[in-house]
Order: sequence, then structure tokens, then C-alpha cells
Amino acid sequence: MGASKNAAAADPDGTLPPAGPSLAIQTFDLTRRFAELTAVDRLNLQVPHGSIFGLLGPNGAGKSTTIKMLTTLLDPSSGTASVAGFDILKSPAQVRRRIGYVSQLVSADGALTGYENLDFSGRLYGIRRAERKRRIAEALEFVGLTQPAHKLVKTYSGGMIRRLEIAQAMLHRPAVLILDEPTIGLDPVARRAVWERLLELRQTYQMTVLISTHGMDEADELCDELAILHLGKIATVGDPEKLKATVGPDATLDDVFAHYSGGAIQEGGTYRDVRQTRRTASRMG
Amino acid sequence: MTYARPDAQQVAWGDSPFVLDFVEQTYAVMRIELKKMFRDPTELLSRAVQPILWLVIFGQVFSRVRGIPTGNLSYLAFMTPGILAQSVLFVAIFYGIAVIWERDLGIVQKLLVSPAYRAAFVYGKAASAGFRGMVQTVIIYGVAVALRIELQWNLWSILGVLLAALLGSAIFATFSFIIACLVKSRERFMGIGQLMTMPLFFASNAIYPLALMPGWLKVVALLNPLTYLVDALRGLMVQNGQSVHSLPVDFAVITVSFVVLAAIAARLFPGLAQ
Repeated sequence: MGASKNAAAADPDGTLPPAGPSLAIQTFDLTRRFAELTAVDRLNLQVPHGSIFGLLGPNGAGKSTTIKMLTTLLDPSSGTASVAGFDILKSPAQVRRRIGYVSQLVSADGALTGYENLDFSGRLYGIRRAERKRRIAEALEFVGLTQPAHKLVKTYSGGMIRRLEIAQAMLHRPAVLILDEPTIGLDPVARRAVWERLLELRQTYQMTVLISTHGMDEADELCDELAILHLGKIATVGDPEKLKATVGPDATLDDVFAHYSGGAIQEGGTYRDVRQTRRTASRMG
Repeated sequence: MTYARPDAQQVAWGDSPFVLDFVEQTYAVMRIELKKMFRDPTELLSRAVQPILWLVIFGQVFSRVRGIPTGNLSYLAFMTPGILAQSVLFVAIFYGIAVIWERDLGIVQKLLVSPAYRAAFVYGKAASAGFRGMVQTVIIYGVAVALRIELQWNLWSILGVLLAALLGSAIFATFSFIIACLVKSRERFMGIGQLMTMPLFFASNAIYPLALMPGWLKVVALLNPLTYLVDALRGLMVQNGQSVHSLPVDFAVITVSFVVLAAIAARLFPGLAQ
């Protein structure tokens, strides 16, 4: 990744102290236990600035738990992480100001219009009136929702909702955008539209993007770097091409995935995971 | 490829003081709640039916029972503030179900990832519940006029009644919010919600005075914020009505109850995303 090149990039007013040498996210033995289950087990991730980084793994591998900790929704059992330059335990409020989050669930409010959803987000992030208006118009344009902006979100398609959620998450110009299975339940056209928006966000706003996925094509198309999680640990990490090369000459990411996560695809995932995933999928579809 | 480091200036965050941010965020939450309410006012209107039934049917029959000592008030005038308090309670106590619904959708997670103060969500929702309480107040004034109950029509009394209805709604909506944070599922919430409302209502002075209660029930009633809400309303709303505990005591108890509950709710809210 080219991220190391800007290691020395100045931060004139010092509001964003670097998290190690130009890392947008770094975890330090990040661990989360639920009763006897260790969902995330001493995870050490390093996500360079400006990269699109994929967390790949079967259900129950610890992707969502990791994301919940990085977004300050869940406290780690031990270890910690630095996100956008701040420690998730010591300065969660600073982290929240600097991240955007699109959850696996549907976080746009169906009873409001697209515009109202964005306006509400803008207010929560303390963006002042004139600036808010300008940014909402820009974000709507960016995700192609200017036209239906004043329609109720419950009339939107799944793809439109996802794009609205991206608009919502980018409004405050986060340094790091975190998306939990952003294209789950979307048709191929809608998925591609989401990918394009993410690539352009990185391009235009220099955002670092962290996504979790179990779509191999998604990881292949979108991610500069991947970490394959298995039972809460990193099974392997690297860019998609390198990962394929390590498994075999004609290997696909499916092969890489199967190689590192073994039979876990069949056993992984709790009842709750499955229920939630299906529910999300049916709502988006 | 080279990527520029995200500019610190891009981080949109006002440098306004705590109070201003808090008020703005609370207002933002209340605003969308009210928007949703007005978009679908059927619930707002259907909520009017129950207090009408209580006053018109229960009230008419019970005014013929002369055994309830209501001082110099008719029984109907005595119970009208009680029924207003009851409808405030019944409307607000199911507020938590919406919070659980928003959690299942993923809206709660979105809110908690934002840097807004947790208490702003609690106060914003409480304020919107308060607005509904004031709508109930208007409806019950209408019914009371139709039943020829003699009301106090001076401005301060009416403002006092509205304030009491607002604070009362805020208390029970926040109580409901706390239960939502604890049970986290709609099924369990419905069970507990049903379980809570009737005891809160009957262990209060809403439809009979404290003086009639056996000792243990009186103790329970004195710990119940609804009692102070009813007492305040009784002193403000109807002619010759008197508050037993005095208005300052009533309003102090109501306000403190709300502030304490809101603090608990703001503490518990983040757990809802886990």
C-alpha cells in the first residue's frame, strides 16, 4: 500500500495525532468474550490510511464483534484499538466524531424522508445550518438520491437505502468509514453501485474504508487488503492477489477462504446471526 | 498510489459549549419524533378514546356512589385530573417499545455511534412524549367542558397543567425507556408494560383519595410519582381543587423523579446496542 508514503504527513493543528505510522486503525490484542465464547481473540489489525480494508470470514468469525468494538458500541474484554488517531477506550467521543458507520441492519428511518434522515444526522454531528444544507445536497448528489430525497425512505429500494446510509455516514467527513456487510441482500446492480460509491469516497475524500463481508467477489473487486478471520483470530492477511498466490497458481479467493477457514462455513454462526442476516436480507430485498 | 492524510478541518464539529450542543441534539431528536407523530396521527387520536370512556362511563356511574370522600369537589371533578394523569401514564408507558423497535432496525446503533450526548436521546424522546401528554390534556379539557365540569380558566393554571402533563409524560416515557434497555425484546417488554400500568394507576390517588387507602397501600402511593402528578393537576385544573402536598412539593418530586430516571436511562442506553 502507498499509505506508508505519507507517514510524515504533517498534521498542522495536531487534532489528529497519528495512530502509529500512518495507520487509520490499529488494534492491540483486541479481545471480546461472551460467557465461554471468545468471539474476538487477541486481534492485531493494521489498517493503513486511505485503504479499503476487508474483514472476511464465515458467520461467527468475529467480524461484527470487531466492528462493534471499533465503533465504540461494545467495550473490549481486554486489549484496545486506536481508530482515526484515538483510543476507543480512552477517548470514545473523539473516535465517534471521526468515524462513519453503516451497520448491517437498516439504520435509515423509514418513517422519514431521505432528506430528513440526513438532516437529523447532520444535527447530531453538530454541522451548522448552512453547511449542513450544502453537505446534504452534495451527499445526495454523490449517492444519486437527489431526485427521491423528499420521499419517505420506506418507499426506497434496498440499494437506495444502502446508498442513503452511505450518504448519512459521510456527512461529517469521517476519516474512517466502517461498513458491516454493506451489500448484504442487494442485487448485483445495487452491489456494484455501492462499490463504486465506496471507491469514490476514498478517491474524493481520502477516507479509509473498513468493510466486513463474506462475498468473495466483493473482497476481490473492492479491497486493497484483506484479513481473513477464523474463530476470532486472523487466519491470514494480505492483498487479494498475494493471498491467492499463496494458495495455488489458479486459486480464487473462494479457495483462499476455504483454505483458511476450513469447515467453519458449515458450523459457523449462531441462531441469532442467521436470524438477523435473513431479516436484513428480506428487508433490503 | 499516494493518499493524503484526512484533513483535520474536515471533521465537522462545532466548538460550541456543552449546553448548546446538548440543546440542539435534544431538539433534533424531538423534532423527528414529532414529525413521525404528525405524519401518522391515528395513534394520537385513538389515544383519546380511553379517557373519554373513563370519564363518561366510569365517572358517571361512580358519581352516584356517595361513599368516596372528595371534599368540596364532585366525584367527576375529583377524578378528571386523575384521568388526565392516567392517560398521560398510559400513553407514555409504551414509549419503550419504539426504542426496541429502533434497536432491531439498527437506528439505535446509528445514534450511539454518533458523538451526540446519550442524554440528548433520552431528553429528546421525553420531550416528544411530553408533547403527546399536552395533546391529551387538550382532549381532556374538551371532554370536561362537555361534561360541565367546572375548570379553572386562568392562564397560570392552564400553563401549570400543561407543564405537569409534560413532566408526567417525560417521567413515564423515560421509565419505559429504562425497561426497554433492560429487557431488549418486544415480547418481554409488552408483558412488563401491561404488568406495570395497572399497579401504578391503582396505587395512586387518581380515582380515590389517599385517605381511603390501607396503610401499606398509602406508603406505595406516596412513592409513586403519579400521585404527585395527580395532586398537582387536582390543585390546578378544577375549581375548588386542592393539592394535598402543595404545588411546590408536587413539582419538586415530579422534576427530581424525571431527572433521576433520565440519568439512569442515559447510562443504560449504550447497552442497547450490544
